[in-house]
Amino acid sequence: MLALQGFGGVLAVAQRELVDRRGWLTREEFIAAYSLAQLLPGPNVVNLSLMLGDRFFGWRGAFAAISGMLLAPLVLVLVLAASYNRLSDYPLVAGALRGMGAVAAGLMLAMGFKMLGTLRRNPMGLVLCALLGLATLVAVAVLRVPLAWVVIGFGVFAWGLARWCLAQQERQP
Amino acid sequence: MTAAFMLSDLPEFFLHFLTLSLLSIGGAMSTAPEMHRLLVHDRGWLTDADFTTAIALAQAAPGPNVLFVPVLGFQVAGLPGAAAAFVGILLPSTLLSLGVSRWGSRRRDTPAVRAFTAGLAPVTVGLMFSSGWVLALPFVREPAHRVGGIVLIAATVVAMLRTRLAPIWLIALGAVAGALGWA
Repeated sequence: MLALQGFGGVLAVAQRELVDRRGWLTREEFIAAYSLAQLLPGPNVVNLSLMLGDRFFGWRGAFAAISGMLLAPLVLVLVLAASYNRLSDYPLVAGALRGMGAVAAGLMLAMGFKMLGTLRRNPMGLVLCALLGLATLVAVAVLRVPLAWVVIGFGVFAWGLARWCLAQQERQP
Repeated sequence: MTAAFMLSDLPEFFLHFLTLSLLSIGGAMSTAPEMHRLLVHDRGWLTDADFTTAIALAQAAPGPNVLFVPVLGFQVAGLPGAAAAFVGILLPSTLLSLGVSRWGSRRRDTPAVRAFTAGLAPVTVGLMFSSGWVLALPFVREPAHRVGGIVLIAATVVAMLRTRLAPIWLIALGAVAGALGWA
């Protein structure tokens, strides 16, 4: 059910349901799981649902989570593929798709705003977090650096930085 | 001009997607150029237009974008092609993620894992804003849809931050507004 709602933004729907509405996860846990899902190969939301399904219900949960995430949309997209050329001619369909696209953009931005709050307790401090986040935004959205390079490059750098900050804090309690 | 796909090509096809799965860091879309090379350029199983349509469809439809992979498989070889491509792209990455996730949660309190969680958080938040920006860009660029699009985007952000409304209602609202020509 989660999957069919996720129009170009399964992630926002998952965050809403699991964190805001059901409270299965805190925002920090959600963002940690998603960071990992992003760094590993494979589709991010599929990895995310796999991990969360596994965490709560073991491997059966993991399997259920990805089947739920993928099956209904798979059938739908194959039917669409078979009938695409006729559908795209209707201005009504094109308009509806455009409206849903705008909402998808809004969902994504709202999730970003919500997750900003989690950075307040980050051991690296707000300034470093803001710099890292902004650098990521510029690299991906403005310079259009391929996502894999950004995730690996900034990821390794941020990991090292966070280790250093954590070590500093432990030295002076 | 497309070349015929033989049933005997299916194992090679499957193997190709198995390999791509482990390279798909940042999502399956990052391996699209490599798929294009095999399917369109090297083997000629699909035309350029077929390839672009598969990606546009998967992005427009609900569900994760990785669904463009079974669509490509479907275009090449019908349902067996869709199944081979989809299982191929998901199986290796899925097993790896499951292993790493279990390994990581057993070591949740070690400095390495804590640093990973803390360090990656701002990068991930940056990526969320980037995705939002990239999705919003077509509305900002096109004068005909600028006002309606931006109003709809802003209304969605406000509704998500201020209410507990489920996103499905917002998406339905967006579809209606778009069909009426407001966005």
